[in-house]
Amino acid sequence: MEMVLDILSWFFLLAGSAFCLIGALGLLRMPDVYTRLHPVSVIETLGMGGIILGLLLQAGFTLVAAKLIIIAALILLTAPVATHALAQAALHAGILPKLDHDKTGGHIAGEDEPSNS
Amino acid sequence: MMMFAVATIAVLITIAMVLARAILGPSLFDRVLAGNTVGSLAVLTLALIGFVTGRPEFLDIAILYTLLNLIGTIAVLRYFKMAQPVNPEQAKD
Amino acid sequence: MLSGHYNVLLLVIGALCSLGVVALASRMAVVDKEGHPIYLLGRALWFWPWLIWEIIKAGIDVSKIILSPSLPISPTLINVRASQKSAVGIVTYANSITLTPGTVSVELEDDEITVHAITRAGADDLAEGHMDRVVSRFEGEGAL
Repeated sequence: MEMVLDILSWFFLLAGSAFCLIGALGLLRMPDVYTRLHPVSVIETLGMGGIILGLLLQAGFTLVAAKLIIIAALILLTAPVATHALAQAALHAGILPKLDHDKTGGHIAGEDEPSNS
Repeated sequence: MMMFAVATIAVLITIAMVLARAILGPSLFDRVLAGNTVGSLAVLTLALIGFVTGRPEFLDIAILYTLLNLIGTIAVLRYFKMAQPVNPEQAKD
Repeated sequence: MLSGHYNVLLLVIGALCSLGVVALASRMAVVDKEGHPIYLLGRALWFWPWLIWEIIKAGIDVSKIILSPSLPISPTLINVRASQKSAVGIVTYANSITLTPGTVSVELEDDEITVHAITRAGADDLAEGHMDRVVSRFEGEGAL
């Protein structure tokens, strides 16, 4: 039983670390601000989730586990808020995303006149 | 113990790569994004260090840091969103 | 509760503090229906696992894109319509979009969300409206 928990914990910790590294690599490779938001959400969901889950399996049913669950829930609640605020601020600052396909018909919600992006 | 150390090293390498983006970042928003990401990764590092050293008190700091990270990011974005259009004349001086 | 100390004195002081904060908050009239949508808790129990599964699938897709040497991205902006009725439902939908790797909600107005997707396929999946329907069911009739 102990052995199985250890192996699972190893697996989740390594998966989380791998997703963190992949996300950082993506952050370095992506061409513009809006595409860079996506690797960051990989880090903040899968990387964080994997590492916290790995720690959770080591902690067992203790106070430490409760704190870990609180940390995971807080990150999952606050990360999209920060990401959305960042994207909105970048759009309002006039930085237009590099697009392959624009399906909005030039209309962005929240703007009155259509903009040609 | 070993696996916590491995994960901690991986997260630290990730922080270094994100910091590289913060230094390279062509625009302001890249830097804010990198700062936010470093904050989230710092929370992970705190939790992992707590396990490596066997002192779970670090988790309390991690909870606090999660909340401060969001407030910090929003505050910086608010500042730059508001600061530019308010007084265009002053910017010319 | 998280410190691990459980004296009677500390628990009583904590309870008094909580009551004081609730009293202050209701005097300031910040307690309303949106504050703590506890009626959603039952449906949340199956909504959250579904969302986590979606996040895992999308995250693996984005990881594949990052790791492939040619970086096959096709960034797309798209407007999607949120069919939820209450503010809680729309915010849940926007947050679910942002939380899923590969799609970020950029702008939000009334019931229209502008989404930036990293690939065209991701945007098409979102436009199909599966997530929209699931969040609508999650919201249900109980909201507002």
